[in-house]
Amino acid sequence: MSAAVEVGSAQVSLAERVEYLLRLADTSLIAGQRLAELLGHGPTLEEDLALGNISLDLIGQARLLLALAGRIEDNGRDEDALAFRRDAPQFRNMSLAEQPNEDFAATIVRQCLLDAWQLETYESLTGSREEALADIAHKALKECRYHWRFSAGWLVRLGDGTEESHARVSAALGALWRFTDELLTPDALDARMAVCGIGPAPSLIRERWDTRVSATLAEAKLPKPPHRHYPWHGKRGVHSEHLGHLLTEMQFLPRVYPGATW
Amino acid sequence: MYTQALDSPAAGADEASEERERLERFQARIDRDEKIEPKDWMPEAYRQTLIRQIAQHAHSEIVGMLPEGNWITRAPSLRRKAVLIAKVQDEGGHGMYLYSAAETLGVARGELIEQLLSGRAKYSSIFNYPTLTWADIGAIGWLVDGAAIMNQVPLCRCSYGPYARAMVRICKEESFHQRQGYELMLTLARGSEDQHAMAQDALNRWWWPSLMMFGPSDAHSVHTAQSMRWKIKRFTNDELRQKFIDVTVPQAEYLGLTVPDPDLHWNEASQHYRFGEINWSEFQAVLKGEGPCNRERLEARRAAHENGRWVREAAAAYAAKHQGPARAMKAGAGALS
Repeated sequence: MSAAVEVGSAQVSLAERVEYLLRLADTSLIAGQRLAELLGHGPTLEEDLALGNISLDLIGQARLLLALAGRIEDNGRDEDALAFRRDAPQFRNMSLAEQPNEDFAATIVRQCLLDAWQLETYESLTGSREEALADIAHKALKECRYHWRFSAGWLVRLGDGTEESHARVSAALGALWRFTDELLTPDALDARMAVCGIGPAPSLIRERWDTRVSATLAEAKLPKPPHRHYPWHGKRGVHSEHLGHLLTEMQFLPRVYPGATW
Repeated sequence: MYTQALDSPAAGADEASEERERLERFQARIDRDEKIEPKDWMPEAYRQTLIRQIAQHAHSEIVGMLPEGNWITRAPSLRRKAVLIAKVQDEGGHGMYLYSAAETLGVARGELIEQLLSGRAKYSSIFNYPTLTWADIGAIGWLVDGAAIMNQVPLCRCSYGPYARAMVRICKEESFHQRQGYELMLTLARGSEDQHAMAQDALNRWWWPSLMMFGPSDAHSVHTAQSMRWKIKRFTNDELRQKFIDVTVPQAEYLGLTVPDPDLHWNEASQHYRFGEINWSEFQAVLKGEGPCNRERLEARRAAHENGRWVREAAAAYAAKHQGPARAMKAGAGALS
């Protein structure tokens, strides 16, 4: 695998390509791990199974993306080495993905805001110049459409359900909204990926995400929280305290038994 | 109508002989291996036996999600994690179609769940044992699903149509789970010394409870005889237990693991393994709620139900606001069940 890809007049380094893939892969992995905590504990059997399905899809996406990152990096790290042998600051997931399942409202709000971002991102990535990524995006896009339908449907039901559900979902929205800044604010890497045709144009994602989420919030009778600048971005390795605990649990076996295969 | 008829002795005798004939016709259908369908006449005791058995089976699937779910977040590779999520999800799916099969007998899912949460309904005692290491996930797939298959394959030919058909699909998935569990055990048994020890420890803890899954010995089984006449059950508890042991012991040998039973040996004359005495007092204690995790399992189910109450209420309220009254009631009932 060549270290750099030439796309038009720009050159993208191998490290940048890997870094960008890890943002996508880790976001799916950590969101999938969070949902996996809930299996067997959902509010109804149907919701239990739906959340399990979404978790399974997200972990499936993570596996494909991590494996691709490992191949491009060409340094002997496979999906498991990347998932189980990195410390928190090396994870590149969006901080929103690692936020805990405080209650069903928090889970739904987290998923909804993230699903909208993944849906628009993967839709755009189906045209990526990184061909293997475009292939993964085609598959992920179908899954993301279903995820969005599920979480947006529940956001509306909770927002426009009972007084209690409205209060809970409003509180969750208030607590999680600051993390959307990261989804929508491009940094230098996002900008470079866009210029090279590997990643989507950030302004396009912001606009589409905003249209989609605003309409659903209106239907859910939830006021849209004001934008808040929040520069501590997981995609650059600056996470909330929650990620370390999530990884402690997720990585415990490979760390206790180094070198074992499972 | 029935009580009125009893007022007259002559009518009462007619009624009794009619009832006898209906029972004979019913038994004749069973004897011809015909399937009984939801709208067919059936004796009340047949209906109640099936409701009890199917509901227990459904509850076992739902409670069974907990001990394995305990390891989803700690699965040691992403492939194992995905496989385990899919497996636990399958169990939830089995619970769902078993509750549906029970509903064809005139009992609502909500009522059955209420019985589980109040502690009145039973579920398989095996799920009251803890999953302490990753190898327990392999042992459950290999032994617990293996024992379940022994019990359940004959149910595909059960006389009650909806249950038999549900079991066809369930058995296919269970046998897939069993192979996955065995493959997990094989990986550990052939892995490092620590992994091999982990696999042996899991076999030590799961072997006897797995044998108890077949229920009390035939001499003490209260339901067996009638259930066999009705072809709800095709083999006795002891027959199925023996079959399981005969199949499983060579599998343990292939893994290089030792079955924790000093009395276990091959009997040439009977062509079966002879095995040691099952600790029936432990079986009874776990059944009575005194197992290591009975309390935790029920608490987890109750917590899920209680924590989900406001969610189900919100769904019902939303449905009532946005749909016609008839549809809203239906949607609300579904969400609340």
